[in-house]
Amino acid sequence: MAIFRNPFDHRFRLSSKGCSCGQHGSEAEHAAATADGLAASSDEALRLRRSVENAVMRALFPVDEQRRNFLKVVGASTAYAAINTLFPIAAATDVLAQGAPLEKKDLKVGFIPITCATPIIMAAPMGFYSKQGLNVEVIKTAGWAVIRDKTLNKEYDAAHMLSPMPLAISMGVGSNAIPYTMPAVENINGQAITLAMKHKDKRDPKSWKGFKFAVPFDYSMHNYLLRYYLAEAGLDPDTDVQIRSVPPPEMVANLRADNIDGFLAPDPVNQRAVFDGVGFIHMLSKEIWDGHPCCAFAASKEFVTTYPNTYSALLKAIIEATAFATKTENRKQIAEAIAPPNYLNQPVTVIEQVLTGTYADGLGQIKRDAKRIDFDPFPWESFAVWILTQMKRWGQIKGDVDYAGVAKQVFLATDATRLMKEAGLTPPTTTTKTFSVMGKVFDPAKPEEYIASFPIKRT
Amino acid sequence: MRQTSLRLRAGIVSLSILLVFGLAWHIGVSGSGPAQQMDPEYAKLMGQTAVQGKSAMPGPLDVLAKIWSHLKEPFYDRGPNDKGIGIQLAYSIGRVLLGYGLAMLVALPLGFLIGMSPLMARALDPFIQIMKPVSPLAWMPLALYTIKDSSISSIFVIFICSLWPMLINTAFGVSSVRKEWLNVARTLEVGPIRRAFTVILPAAAPTIVTGMRISIGIAWLVIVAAEMLVGGTGIGYFVWNEWNNLSITNVITSILVIGLVGMILDQALARVARAVSFPE
Repeated sequence: MAIFRNPFDHRFRLSSKGCSCGQHGSEAEHAAATADGLAASSDEALRLRRSVENAVMRALFPVDEQRRNFLKVVGASTAYAAINTLFPIAAATDVLAQGAPLEKKDLKVGFIPITCATPIIMAAPMGFYSKQGLNVEVIKTAGWAVIRDKTLNKEYDAAHMLSPMPLAISMGVGSNAIPYTMPAVENINGQAITLAMKHKDKRDPKSWKGFKFAVPFDYSMHNYLLRYYLAEAGLDPDTDVQIRSVPPPEMVANLRADNIDGFLAPDPVNQRAVFDGVGFIHMLSKEIWDGHPCCAFAASKEFVTTYPNTYSALLKAIIEATAFATKTENRKQIAEAIAPPNYLNQPVTVIEQVLTGTYADGLGQIKRDAKRIDFDPFPWESFAVWILTQMKRWGQIKGDVDYAGVAKQVFLATDATRLMKEAGLTPPTTTTKTFSVMGKVFDPAKPEEYIASFPIKRT
Repeated sequence: MRQTSLRLRAGIVSLSILLVFGLAWHIGVSGSGPAQQMDPEYAKLMGQTAVQGKSAMPGPLDVLAKIWSHLKEPFYDRGPNDKGIGIQLAYSIGRVLLGYGLAMLVALPLGFLIGMSPLMARALDPFIQIMKPVSPLAWMPLALYTIKDSSISSIFVIFICSLWPMLINTAFGVSSVRKEWLNVARTLEVGPIRRAFTVILPAAAPTIVTGMRISIGIAWLVIVAAEMLVGGTGIGYFVWNEWNNLSITNVITSILVIGLVGMILDQALARVARAVSFPE
């Protein structure tokens, strides 16, 4: 790692045999032995600057002895100052730090005003995009179908989607088949079942026959989780209740107007219903499946392959924002950044209750659950497999499904692994894991057996 | 004398209706329900409506205050999703005028053709009859899919909805020009182009402008719905964004503003109509 060496150090040994100080058998041993060995340094900025300085010094003094004599005579700091006046080392370091040149700097990213989009939204006001040299406009969009169409139209370069949507689009379910990718999950947990106040004594789902429920979209975790929950209670979600797809912003208004009895919705919709005294939180989605994915950051395969560097920078910004959002101490600050009209357009206290997990449940109690919503970018392929099993279970897709193949194509786990490492997170070493939903274990290796094990299904 | 006193009396009645309505509204929403007994820490997490039993409906004074705050700063721009009401209105009016202008360019010549040629009138009739009753918003998904741009799509929707009234009225106006006038023109050996511009156009103008007036009304109705659907910018997006926040005050404010702009557009065409009308 000689390029990370301090080029202003005249003691640096030039021959390749032994090490620079002459006390060790090789350069590697020397690096291991010296505490200030820069190769071992994790400070990326310093490493970058050193490599720029090295290039400059070697270009100015191609002959080793001359460079050495120059440094000996004037001293390292003077030499650095002298060189810096000739060549702007700091500026060159910045260029290098940004990595490969970005193909496209002005991007538009669509989002739906819900807390699931937190990393995508907060990255704009909190400067995560600009840190990567990107100029991203985050555009509020009216509903999932519109966000899908605008992304397919290329009005948006990337978008906030529900994690089943990239799978559905790639397979051509509910739209034309266009290869789509989902490089990062936005949030895990963070949804809830909210019921109208008049049902506050009907806490047993078995008594919900004839209810009208709303979910944000047909291809959503909300739909699959609600169906799963109802079916576990013995209700057939297609015949015993009615499930409609209603855009999240319209849900509270519908609940107030008594058009629906409840919904499984993203926040802040649930907390807003409580805030306005319209409904109460029956249960958090976390209680159905702790750690379930919800929303995702998605881009077309075309975007990923045409603008690889831009894509990489964008994904890096999102992953760093996610890493920031994971820390509970940052949550209040985030709530204030995303509550104004330009983003979620909600009272700050509502967003704060969602993000901090200290919330009013609508029945007079204050509940505390720090993991009410959490952020974890890793797109587990087994999540995709579970979603596909539910799509098949409820008849959205028919016939044979290449579960592992589709999951691998759409959920880009390898990119996330690399960028998570760079953002200082620890990515998992595998791409699949088993988890349990309402106490029932899911094995991603046996999707068909899993579907067959349910009594209520459409296959 | 009698005329002015009638106008004065009508004004007084209008004003008192407004006052009575405002008062009834104010009284209707100010009655707060029983204040709930709540733990203060819990109450801090809840909204006004839940804690004080305050009505979710704003009173007229809230709305007036809101209108004032919008009037004070109509052109602020705080990012792509938060712009002043003036900027939003400008977007909507721009879209309407663009779509409407395009419709005029197509509808007037085509209407002339249909009105002057019985053959074309019969041939095009089935298409017009089928397309006319289609809700303009039904075109939205198709437009989004084919045009691949949401802003142009909403202009297209305005175009398609303002097309039919103009087209039909122009055709009707042109075909019902009095035969005697055409015969006089023929006797005087006026050429077809000159006849179209000096005889038919002035004669059909009142009907054509009526069609244009109907169209602008429909276009203004539709743009709000189209923008609510597509989002981004415009007064329709503003309504949607405030609905999303359940801010009824802002929704009422924008209803008033939409009504006001619609009235101005309509009155502008009413002036044109008065200018082209003639006594027979």
